[in-house]
Amino acid sequence: MSEDRHTELLVAHAPEVSAAKARRWGAFYFTEHMLRGMRAYLVTIVVTSVGNPLLYLFSMGVGLASIVDRNPSAHFGGVGYLAYAAPALLVSSAVMTCANEMMFPVMDGFKWRRIYYGPHVTPLVPGQLAAGHVMAVGVRLVVQCTVFFLIVLAFGAAMSPAAWLLIPAGVLSGLAVGTPLMAYAASIQKENFQFSMIQRFIIMPLFLFSGTFYPLETMPSAMQWIGWISPLWHGNELGRFVAIGLTEPAWLVAVHVLYLAALCVFGILWARRNYTKRMGA
Amino acid sequence: MAGDAELRRTVISARDLVKTYGDFNAVDGISFDVPAGESFGLLGPNGAGKSTTMRMIGGVTQRTSGRLDIMGLDPESQGPEVRAHLGVVPQQDNLDEELRVRDNLIVYGRYFGLPRAYLMRRADELLAFAQLEDKAKARVDSLSGGMKRRLTIARSLINDPKILLLDEPTTGLDPQARHVLWDRLFRLKEQGVTLVLTTHYMDEAEQLCDRLIVVDKGKIMAEGSPAALIREHSSREVLEVRFGTDRNAAVAPRLDGAGDRIEVLPDRVLVYTEDGEGSLEQIRARGLHPITSLVRRASLEDVFLRLTGRSLVE
Repeated sequence: MSEDRHTELLVAHAPEVSAAKARRWGAFYFTEHMLRGMRAYLVTIVVTSVGNPLLYLFSMGVGLASIVDRNPSAHFGGVGYLAYAAPALLVSSAVMTCANEMMFPVMDGFKWRRIYYGPHVTPLVPGQLAAGHVMAVGVRLVVQCTVFFLIVLAFGAAMSPAAWLLIPAGVLSGLAVGTPLMAYAASIQKENFQFSMIQRFIIMPLFLFSGTFYPLETMPSAMQWIGWISPLWHGNELGRFVAIGLTEPAWLVAVHVLYLAALCVFGILWARRNYTKRMGA
Repeated sequence: MAGDAELRRTVISARDLVKTYGDFNAVDGISFDVPAGESFGLLGPNGAGKSTTMRMIGGVTQRTSGRLDIMGLDPESQGPEVRAHLGVVPQQDNLDEELRVRDNLIVYGRYFGLPRAYLMRRADELLAFAQLEDKAKARVDSLSGGMKRRLTIARSLINDPKILLLDEPTTGLDPQARHVLWDRLFRLKEQGVTLVLTTHYMDEAEQLCDRLIVVDKGKIMAEGSPAALIREHSSREVLEVRFGTDRNAAVAPRLDGAGDRIEVLPDRVLVYTEDGEGSLEQIRARGLHPITSLVRRASLEDVFLRLTGRSLVE
């Protein structure tokens, strides 16, 4: 090793340098750790990332769409049913993945395998663990949404030149649901099937009543409010706007983006607070 | 090896340290100093406040009052800077079982901002130190309890810390694994690393600590080297005699004078004496015949019993 290189390592090794680097990059260090951990279940990630869109798009494109498209009174933004449903399916799959990654692994970090408590005694602070976790899940979502998008393209279901924006729309929607769930997961001491209840009674109804398979306006007006407050509806509409050029007033597109972004910011801040409170520093 | 001036420098200074949870004082006004290179122990039963003190040193638990100075830094306001100097071995292993053995060291080193190229080399050195070279690519969950503990210690050394905090480092390990760990810790001490360890094992404290504080209910009961504490608060030897659980208390008055002091426990009677065999002869000469008898050197367990009236491991 050259003398310069040796000196560089020694400088990098000084505690004050470690602390300064950790203050600046600590969240990224934890992201790196989580991404390395995800390699342990990489096969599952790949299979679900590829298998999910294939299954959804085959069942919609080959199955349901062939029936729906024969009905002349059906109105899906002037496009075929597959193209109508595909953006929402991408967004929904991002939301479901994110919800999973923000509940069980959080409890794992605090309680089951306690992996948060390893970095807790290094120069990192709890808020950086929360941020690092969010970024790692964000990376997974980017990969998943990209794979989904490529399969949507292969099915010929993305019409607009801006359709690639489905990828950030999916990531944003996932995190809008996931980060508040992360904050909640950090606040509970014991998992008494709360996560399963959330999946069954919050995530699944959102999936069904957020205009994923049909326009929200076709639901009884008394139920449409579910869509208005649902991050998934805002994500679905945003996805359709970018992928098939769904006609939306500009202000409504802005509302979709701002609503989702606001939920992300709220979720991250709430999670940082809960992580700090729980870990005691 | 560190020089004399370096060794005399105080690296940890605690003054009137208090930690309160509601109306419970987990740590109740303790003060101590640890010079560089010393092996310093906190000995006490479960719930004595040892781990809370360790967490306050690392700045991961905020103190209620008092002063704490680690290498000239306040862990409460300068937590990352303090922890950059420390290696920490927690009471409960928190290795990442989804990562391989060597990867656990590398990701941990990244938390200190250490470059990957350096960490590759450092991880191999530490695996050799922990006698885990052949397990580098093994899954963590395939390791024995002793190996996991050694890996946790190796992980705590990734940043080459000058202070190593060990919270009950050998609890739950079999005797052989404990001795391997003690050997590794002793080597670190020889290299000039300041060791701060909590334990409720007297033999561990006697093996590893230059000096210790005996803690009970958040307060310091005594302070000194293991030998000095035993000298001050116990006799040279202890004779343990058993007459049967229902007879021990009744027989005890008849043992008066057989030693310097008599302690009656539910299952045995302890006779503190300078000459255990001589005391046993005296007892037999009085026509008393214990079911079992044992002469041993006095230990920190006896010191704790003397100071608190209670056994360390209950």
